[in-house]
Amino acid sequence: MSDIQYLPGKEPHPCEYRMIFKNIDRAGWDPSIDCYLNDGGYEQLKKAIKMEPQAITNEVKASGLRGRGGAGFPTGVKWGFIPPNNTKPVYLICNCDESEPGTFKDRYIVHQDPHQLLEGMIISCFAVGAHTAYIYMREEFPEAATIMEKAIEEARAKNLVGNDVLGSGFDLEIYIHRGAGAYICGEETGLIESLEGKRPYPRIKPPYFPAALGLYMAPTIVNNVESLCHVKHIIEMGGGGYAQLGVARNTGTRILCVSGDVQKPGYYEVEVGKITMGELLNDVCGGPKEGRTFKACIPGGSSAKILRCDESFTIGQGDAEQSLSFFDIPMDFDTIAACGSMAGSGGVIVIDDSRKISWILNNLNSFYAHESCGQCTPCREGSMWMKKISDRIVGGHATPDDIQTLEDVAYQIDGRTVCAFGEASSWPVEAIISKFRDELTAETSEDNDDLSEEAKIQLQFISQ
Amino acid sequence: MSDTDTQQLPKDIAAAKGLVNVQIDGHWIQVPRGTRMIEACKLAEKEVPHYCYHPKLSSPGNCRMCLVQMGMPPRPAPGQDPVYDADGYQAIGWMPRPVIACSNTVGENMGIRTQGELVQKCREGVMEFLLINHPLDCPICDQAGECRLQEFSVEHGKGESRFKEDKVKKPKNVKIGPRIRLDDERCIMCSRCIRFMDEVADEPVLGFTERGTHTTVGVFPGRELTNNYGLNTVDLCPVGALTSNDFRFQMRTWFLKETDSIDTNCGTGANTTIWTRGNKIFRVTPRQNDDVNSCWMPDSHRLNYVCPTDDDRLTAPLIKVDNVHEETCWENALEAAADALKQFTPGEIAIIASGRQTNEELFMMRALAAELGIESLAIVAREEASDDMLISADRNPNTTGAKLILQDSEVAATLATFREGVYSGDIKAVFVASEDLLSEAGFSADDLEALELLISIHTSANATAQASDIVLPGAGSAEKRGSMVNVAGRLQKLNAACLPPADARSDWEIIRDLVLALSGESAEQAPQTIDALFQIIATSIPEFDGKSLASLGDLGETITETGVTIPLLERENQRKARGEIVG
Amino acid sequence: MDTPTTFPPFAVTAEIDADADESISHYPADKKRSAVLPLLHIIQRNFGFISKDATLWVAEKLGLEPMQVHEVVSFYPGLREHAPGKYHFRVCRTLSCAMAGSAELMDRLCELTGIDRSQSDSHHNPIAVSPCGQWSVEFAECLASCGTGPVCMVNDDFHEEIPADKAQELLNQYKA
Repeated sequence: MSDIQYLPGKEPHPCEYRMIFKNIDRAGWDPSIDCYLNDGGYEQLKKAIKMEPQAITNEVKASGLRGRGGAGFPTGVKWGFIPPNNTKPVYLICNCDESEPGTFKDRYIVHQDPHQLLEGMIISCFAVGAHTAYIYMREEFPEAATIMEKAIEEARAKNLVGNDVLGSGFDLEIYIHRGAGAYICGEETGLIESLEGKRPYPRIKPPYFPAALGLYMAPTIVNNVESLCHVKHIIEMGGGGYAQLGVARNTGTRILCVSGDVQKPGYYEVEVGKITMGELLNDVCGGPKEGRTFKACIPGGSSAKILRCDESFTIGQGDAEQSLSFFDIPMDFDTIAACGSMAGSGGVIVIDDSRKISWILNNLNSFYAHESCGQCTPCREGSMWMKKISDRIVGGHATPDDIQTLEDVAYQIDGRTVCAFGEASSWPVEAIISKFRDELTAETSEDNDDLSEEAKIQLQFISQ
Repeated sequence: MSDTDTQQLPKDIAAAKGLVNVQIDGHWIQVPRGTRMIEACKLAEKEVPHYCYHPKLSSPGNCRMCLVQMGMPPRPAPGQDPVYDADGYQAIGWMPRPVIACSNTVGENMGIRTQGELVQKCREGVMEFLLINHPLDCPICDQAGECRLQEFSVEHGKGESRFKEDKVKKPKNVKIGPRIRLDDERCIMCSRCIRFMDEVADEPVLGFTERGTHTTVGVFPGRELTNNYGLNTVDLCPVGALTSNDFRFQMRTWFLKETDSIDTNCGTGANTTIWTRGNKIFRVTPRQNDDVNSCWMPDSHRLNYVCPTDDDRLTAPLIKVDNVHEETCWENALEAAADALKQFTPGEIAIIASGRQTNEELFMMRALAAELGIESLAIVAREEASDDMLISADRNPNTTGAKLILQDSEVAATLATFREGVYSGDIKAVFVASEDLLSEAGFSADDLEALELLISIHTSANATAQASDIVLPGAGSAEKRGSMVNVAGRLQKLNAACLPPADARSDWEIIRDLVLALSGESAEQAPQTIDALFQIIATSIPEFDGKSLASLGDLGETITETGVTIPLLERENQRKARGEIVG
Repeated sequence: MDTPTTFPPFAVTAEIDADADESISHYPADKKRSAVLPLLHIIQRNFGFISKDATLWVAEKLGLEPMQVHEVVSFYPGLREHAPGKYHFRVCRTLSCAMAGSAELMDRLCELTGIDRSQSDSHHNPIAVSPCGQWSVEFAECLASCGTGPVCMVNDDFHEEIPADKAQELLNQYKA
């Protein structure tokens, strides 16, 4: 890899391990199939297509790959959920609806390295027996849709897609399906409904687990762009070899996307768990901005619970119990979860001491109120209620009681909704209140006029 | 357990019967494997409040009102056997997160808590959310009294509001079709109406627009909900969002009396509830019968009923004197009718019965014919295309009953013979019940004019009544007890929801008294009650053997096989078999 | 309301019809409904927004009730029911871009184009158009380029690292 040259100013940090992002910002690189083939592209497909499909799934299981979309569910296990006696067509959907605020990794893959994704997809389709695959591309990536469409045509010309892929007898069609700007389409069952031409209302699970009852009620595997790219490298390295990367139960590499108040925001591909929060923020990203200190950090996309940078965490039990400062947290799925948050989609949003936490809270609440699909009661009503309360906090019209109401509302949503959006919208509120209660309360006053004009009129009627 | 080897465990006993053991609020019951949790709770007589769930529709699980706590036995460690308590059950490990009872199914040794702190908090939370943007306009809302939002907020709500913000504004008083109004601010987005129009009516004209808290139910701009099953969405709506133009603002529901009966607009005989106050019918709604009409009925049928307060009702017997009808008493009218009929030979008289008459009325018509020495009766056939839903091709409600009671499988064919007789002048007198001869029976005004005698029983002053020499005022279908047999061979009951107006009477009594007037027998020899009359039918008509009106349930029972099926039920059963609905 | 529009009125050409048929072919023959979004994209690309007539055409083409199409149109922020300007600016409003100054960028764009956003809200009326009909702006939620905020899209072009003081430079790229 040392002979790879990157564009000036875009060179990877020395602590990075570029695998998925090997070709991102690479000097002389373009998204054409010729460029990809010259670099050894599609060799893993040629290898995989001669394997038994089940053997590929076994390698993916052995690799320990966990989905890179946000939930971190083991990819090979997901594939294994297709019912063994299935007689319906199997579909594979690539989730390229990248929409979790703070996350910006898939964008680069589909714009700069489309064939890596295609190679991963074709191998995955072969493994799960899918003859039709869709790339659900968010509407805001129009250029990427064109690039991917061209890539598919190039691959078809080389018999990598279409009938009888590489003479193997395996048929596969891949289509681009463009979304229309809804966060909820990142939720896999919402995405499926959207692909069916309906409002993207997530389905209840059970019974609608996509691997059994997915697109058109047929078995469907929905994987994130990055996850599918990893499959190619698992074939190259073998499941066991891949599992050597990273740490136990948190294998491979992951792309951390850092944004907000750091010197050098950007994307950094590292071995999972091999870098700590401190190394990431201070060494790789160059530390806080001039004259500032880190205040808080959202470690895995906007839905992840916020962490205070002056916090310390006690994790593990018994002999394994240890105390960690914020900056000591290794960037893996399990440790971040043990600290009360989640690694999620890898989007790290950094907040420094120049920011009011109420403003951060209100920005996030506005996002979730706007993006709630409105299907189920707690999320539909609660997300907008939370936004309206935080509007008043930011606007200086809140009372201390409002903080309590806001917290109650969040807990009334959490765990009671159709899909994980309930948690996505309520966790930020729960965490911000529990960690910054004093700061929020300081922005309220008992003397504030907190009722809207309409609420005053309503109250008159009720009290009469 | 001491002797596990010899005693069978509850799970094995249940499994042998295709059942599973479920603990609901501490009590174990056995329910069929695959039962939805909410249905299992119903079997255990535990109410689980809900809005979006309906057994005849798909379950989106969107209202979140039916959240309960669920528990399963912990998975034993590898190599370890499950541990059973003294009663043979495993300990239940309760899940910290609630689950919806409407779509999850039960499993062996499952626990369900419909009470307790977690469940109570969930319900309180959902109720609070449903009410924050609700207009709270119960005093002017027509749903009050039958509103699930009211009922559950009394039981599960907090009784005070923490909401200090402006409410979301949505369209109000929207005409979404010729028969229905919509108030979007009252809507709780349960989607029952949308799913009904899509899944049952197969005309998905309703849908959600906008999203999030702004989500709004409606029709496409410029389109309307005109479907003949549209009013079922009003019944389905758990709140006051959808109201019926016909019923809205007519009467508070708590003043209304409910009477179970059946629809008489076609041979399906949809089961109904008739809602009355005093002697006025305010609405008719479908009543669930999974062998007849599921939970639905067509709008055209529910809106088509005869009410005692209708302006055109006949309220006293009439006799034509010098071409003008004069009111008279029953005694005079029946005597005049008997005397007049006696002037003709049996061959000169035609008796035209109706497929709209009850079995009891038809049986009395037969007795009248027998008394006059007439061999056969006619009924007016009423065939139109089926709507492939609930409206059968046979628009008579009781053709099947007529065939059984008159013991004639070609009851409609006789009418042609009668018509010929009237045209030729051979038939000089006609006695007709419940049929307007000028509308569907094929007679003209001149035909009736040519008759020497026309006696009829009617509820309203129709053209035949106008032309009749003697008019006997009968009872509407909501004003009488009796029975009918639907197209599928099901014997069903009508109950009297109100009284016939003024001097009008039950038809069977009118005919009975006419028979007595003809025979001169004493009244004691005839049946005094409709139950007694039904007893006579039960002893003389084989299909009715062993039945009685009093013991016939509100859902009726099949007494003959006709081979006729009801299309909507066929589709419902297919959906049930595919597991799409509970059924 | 009646700002001049730069888009042609809705009319189905043979080319659009063929495009639609090609999109429909991506889905199983009995699952034509899946082509709702692709067809709506074709319409929006050609006519700037989805009119009522366009919705009726999509419904007809796919054998759906018009409401089934309208349900989709009204759900997605990416589908418009009113005409935008010739150049439609979507400025990311979400956290990282907001921290980098996207609100200031929006204010500056409005100032430079004479757009009045005072009547806009995030739901019913997200788009504000300049009096000349050339420009329109809208806040979008996360455009997935949080490391290079503030970011915005102009029609299909993506622009990153556009603080308010680069707004004029950005507009210059689009002046006719």
